[in-house]
Amino acid sequence: MRAKDTLGQRGEELAATYLAAAGIEVIDRNWRCPDGEIDLVGIDNGTLVIVEVKTRSSLDYGHPLEAITPAKLARLYLLASRWKKAQDRRFTAFRVDAVSVVDDGGGAPVIEHLREVAP
Amino acid sequence: MTLGRTYGVGLVGLDGRMVEIEADIGQTLPAFVLLGLPDASLNEARDRVRSAARNAGLPLSRRKITVNLMPADVPKRGSGFDLAIVTAALAASGDVRGSGRRVFIAELALDGRLRPVRGILPAVMAAVQAGYPEITVAAANTAEASLVSGAEVTGFESLAEVAAFLGADPGRLSFPPRVSEDTPNPDDDAGAAGVPPLRDMADIAGQTEARFAVEVAAAGAHHLLMTGPPGAGKTMLAERLPGLLPDLPDSHAMEVTAIHSLVWGGRPCSQLLRRPPFESPHHTASSAAVIGGGAGIARPGAASRAHRGVLFLDEAPEYDRRVLDALRQPLESGKLELHRAAGTASYPARFQLVLAANPCPCGLASGKGIDCTCTPQQRRRYFSRLSGPLLDRVDLQLTVQRVSLRELAGDDSAEGSAVVAARVAAARDVQHDRLKGWGYETNAEVSGNVLRGALRPAPQATAALDRAMDRQTLTARGYDRVLRVAWSVADLAGHSSPDADDVGQALGFRQQEQRHERAAAGAAPEPRRAVPVV
Repeated sequence: MRAKDTLGQRGEELAATYLAAAGIEVIDRNWRCPDGEIDLVGIDNGTLVIVEVKTRSSLDYGHPLEAITPAKLARLYLLASRWKKAQDRRFTAFRVDAVSVVDDGGGAPVIEHLREVAP
Repeated sequence: MTLGRTYGVGLVGLDGRMVEIEADIGQTLPAFVLLGLPDASLNEARDRVRSAARNAGLPLSRRKITVNLMPADVPKRGSGFDLAIVTAALAASGDVRGSGRRVFIAELALDGRLRPVRGILPAVMAAVQAGYPEITVAAANTAEASLVSGAEVTGFESLAEVAAFLGADPGRLSFPPRVSEDTPNPDDDAGAAGVPPLRDMADIAGQTEARFAVEVAAAGAHHLLMTGPPGAGKTMLAERLPGLLPDLPDSHAMEVTAIHSLVWGGRPCSQLLRRPPFESPHHTASSAAVIGGGAGIARPGAASRAHRGVLFLDEAPEYDRRVLDALRQPLESGKLELHRAAGTASYPARFQLVLAANPCPCGLASGKGIDCTCTPQQRRRYFSRLSGPLLDRVDLQLTVQRVSLRELAGDDSAEGSAVVAARVAAARDVQHDRLKGWGYETNAEVSGNVLRGALRPAPQATAALDRAMDRQTLTARGYDRVLRVAWSVADLAGHSSPDADDVGQALGFRQQEQRHERAAAGAAPEPRRAVPVV
């Protein structure tokens, strides 16, 4: 497994733990369909939460949140509806969140969580 | 705090309007949005601001920063808003404290240095007038901004210094290394009061009559047309006119410096420009170059840069006729209103017009004109480029003859500019006292009613003039122009009112002018007679 994939996986792990602590129940991970992948799916008080996790080992190439482009965001909204169709579950509302993890491997990763990011 | 507020100034021509800059930080993905009619160079501020802030040690928030420039209908251009934008953004993120009603005008370099911008003087004037006297500019602009009375100017070298001034944590700041840019500017003193002109009247050999005409033009601020063969010294004479004019008073110097500030070629002014400017556009100049123009809001042209100074058009008939005729409006009103889709800019343009022309396309139709190879038709066409309405406004029209060998060799006693300028200054003082009741400053501005009414010279002084009028060799307008010039001649001579000699001399200039008119009408120039013959 390549270093970037390991880093990404560790970031998703950290994000899941962080979200659980914030009261969001994670119900699915790395869900794939032909249109792409959702990193984490959670439920926050009955609201479906689609979470995109971005992990970087340093800020040398910009902040992880800067890597979420408008196109990526638009795809996340599409994937949200794909996921709902596949599940046969109903939700009162849904939103897309973004979590950034900056982990230089020296402990104490920095996690930021943005709720309801809009294109 | 998630809302930062600062102030800047948007310039439309010389007219500054306060612009309020709000920055808001939203909890969503990183972005930088600039609202409120920014132009292309202002839109680039987004990238300059981010880099400069990071390099100053205060990286901008990793969230969505929305900057709004109000009011939205004021067109905002250029890089002068950079500092106001970054300060608002830093105030929004709490990195610096709010700056109250302070105005920020400076461009940011990527390393966080502050760079001077154009038009500081008019911008600061507008801010002070609008009740925003606290102003922060780049250190290089401090001297210029401080010229405005009532402005409390603070100049800084870098964004980090500004942030420290506004209470940022000094431990985080990083100051760019100082770059010494203190190369002395040879132009710095060019506009200062009392500096002797580079070109001196003493350089001109002979030409007694033309020298006197230039002196009269300087004394009364009369527009001047010089006709003569190539090499007669028309250009030399014109270039020496600004050196004869008195230093500009405060209010005029402010106007001249404000225009200079708007068009400077990379260097801010350090003091008020007190010497009348001299502009000499080449005859291929477009009307945009002479009148003002350019993309978006029109920028000042040579006519406005010559405000309160001299606009010299060498080879006047070679100019595009539209350029020459476009000068009629500023000659009348002293200002130029340039309307464009993006907005209307108004620039002052009260200049003294000096025209130089060859008598004909080949340039040899002077004196007896025997060497001239031009056809009468060519001659007529050449001079008719200078339209009647334009020449109507030129009080002094003289013929400059070639200098003879005797004059060139024998004359080294020519008066220097300083001597002549002293006489001109005295004549201007007399005019000021005489004319202030009517609101005029110089003889050139006095209207015909006043000339023929309250300021009418004694009947015996104007006898020759009245005779010319009776013989119908002088029009009513010509009569007024002779009187205006006669007053300037009298002021120079120290007479309290023009006497017969003064009027005679003025009429002498006038008769030369009639010779051009005959030349323009196609007649061969007649042999030169001694002037004045009345």
